Amino acid sequence: MQAFWRDATEFLPILMSGVALTVIVTIGSLLLSTALGLVWALMRVSGIGVFSGFSAGLINVIRGIPIIVLLFYLYFVMPELGLTLTALQAAILGLGIAYSAYQAENFRAGIEAIDKGQIEAAQAIGMGWWQTMRRVVLPQAVKIVLPPYGNIMIMMLKDSSQASTITVAELALQGKLIASSTFKNTSVFTLVALMYLTMSIPLILLVRHFEKRGDQK
Amino acid sequence: MIELTNVHKSFGKVEVLKGITASVEKGEVVCVIGPSGSGKSTILRCINGLESYDRGDILVEGARVDRSAPSIVAIRTQVSMVFQRFNLFPHRTALENVVEGPLYVKKEPRAEALERGRALLAQVGLAEKSDSYPPQLSGGQQQRVAIARALAMQPKAILFDEPTSALDPELVGDVLSVMRKLADDGMTMVVVTHEMGFAGDVADRVLFIDGGVIVEQGPAKSVLNQPQHARTQDFLRRVLHPL
Repeated sequence: MQAFWRDATEFLPILMSGVALTVIVTIGSLLLSTALGLVWALMRVSGIGVFSGFSAGLINVIRGIPIIVLLFYLYFVMPELGLTLTALQAAILGLGIAYSAYQAENFRAGIEAIDKGQIEAAQAIGMGWWQTMRRVVLPQAVKIVLPPYGNIMIMMLKDSSQASTITVAELALQGKLIASSTFKNTSVFTLVALMYLTMSIPLILLVRHFEKRGDQK
Repeated sequence: MIELTNVHKSFGKVEVLKGITASVEKGEVVCVIGPSGSGKSTILRCINGLESYDRGDILVEGARVDRSAPSIVAIRTQVSMVFQRFNLFPHRTALENVVEGPLYVKKEPRAEALERGRALLAQVGLAEKSDSYPPQLSGGQQQRVAIARALAMQPKAILFDEPTSALDPELVGDVLSVMRKLADDGMTMVVVTHEMGFAGDVADRVLFIDGGVIVEQGPAKSVLNQPQHARTQDFLRRVLHPL
């Protein structure tokens, strides 16, 4: 136990630099996946065949490709096609695209849960499609969508570790580097696991808060 | 001000409107009665473009109703709709529901819209409920807010789609009396209803619809008291004497 604390004080500063990248990758890909997911979901429910078909197809393609392959593609293949991304850019882009499919399905479920009668009422007072979305559907869908959204945040935090496969020195990769140079596998990976858990706990509490608030209404 | 000429409408293979021709004059109250599934509600929904129609013409103040044309917005702001299930926005207060259209569709000045919104809630007897959310209101109160919301658009006509069918019996009267007052004030109204008492007292004309066609129409008193057509007689007998 004493050895663990000694190792912890020694390795923590290095691991913290990994935490910083983990947070950057998570927040970056969270924002990107939210924006893209909203676009896919709105296309899906637009009632315009071309849009909804495109969106449905795209979501299935994205869902059918492992995140790690998507990351390899962006980081190793895109340069051959003339688009060179930094490892961090590729990680945020890859995770953002991969998760946009799940975000889109979550948003779509929320939008479709709103009573059709309200949409007709909005139309009947002369609102257009976008105004109906913005003023009537989305404000209510947000409440339905939040608990699953929180779960997606937790999954993204953990899946940001996949960025290590394309050399982003985030928490998991920093841990692996320290472990392979010191052979203190137990201390290092216990620390890494505890640090992911520490970051997850606020998110888990947030989800619980969303769920409670959802129950009250 | 509302004219329907030979309107046809099918849902899939089922033809629900088989050539409806009717008109509603300014200031007139027309009640549409008939068995469920006869196409009554569909007529209303076609008039303000919630449904498309396949053939024929619907004109509102001379403008053709086409739900995919931009002109539909102008028609909808002139012809309001009150729904069977109220369809209030549950995340907005009664007052916010009422001023939603004036503020965000007609872009009226805020102070003016709010003032008129409060006056309308008072008119339907709900002045003290302006800050309540729809789930906190009874069905009858919700429907009266919905009527205030329809009035807030300052429409030339209001379409009522079975406005009391989803209400507990003791709450029906409050809604009908608000509607009667509107009729007395000269509002043009088309009311799909099963309230034969209301139709007899308030309507200028009654249309009896069955199987997607207008079977009989005329002054309310004569259609309800001396129906000419066998199907009208049969329907009225069932509604008035269910046992």
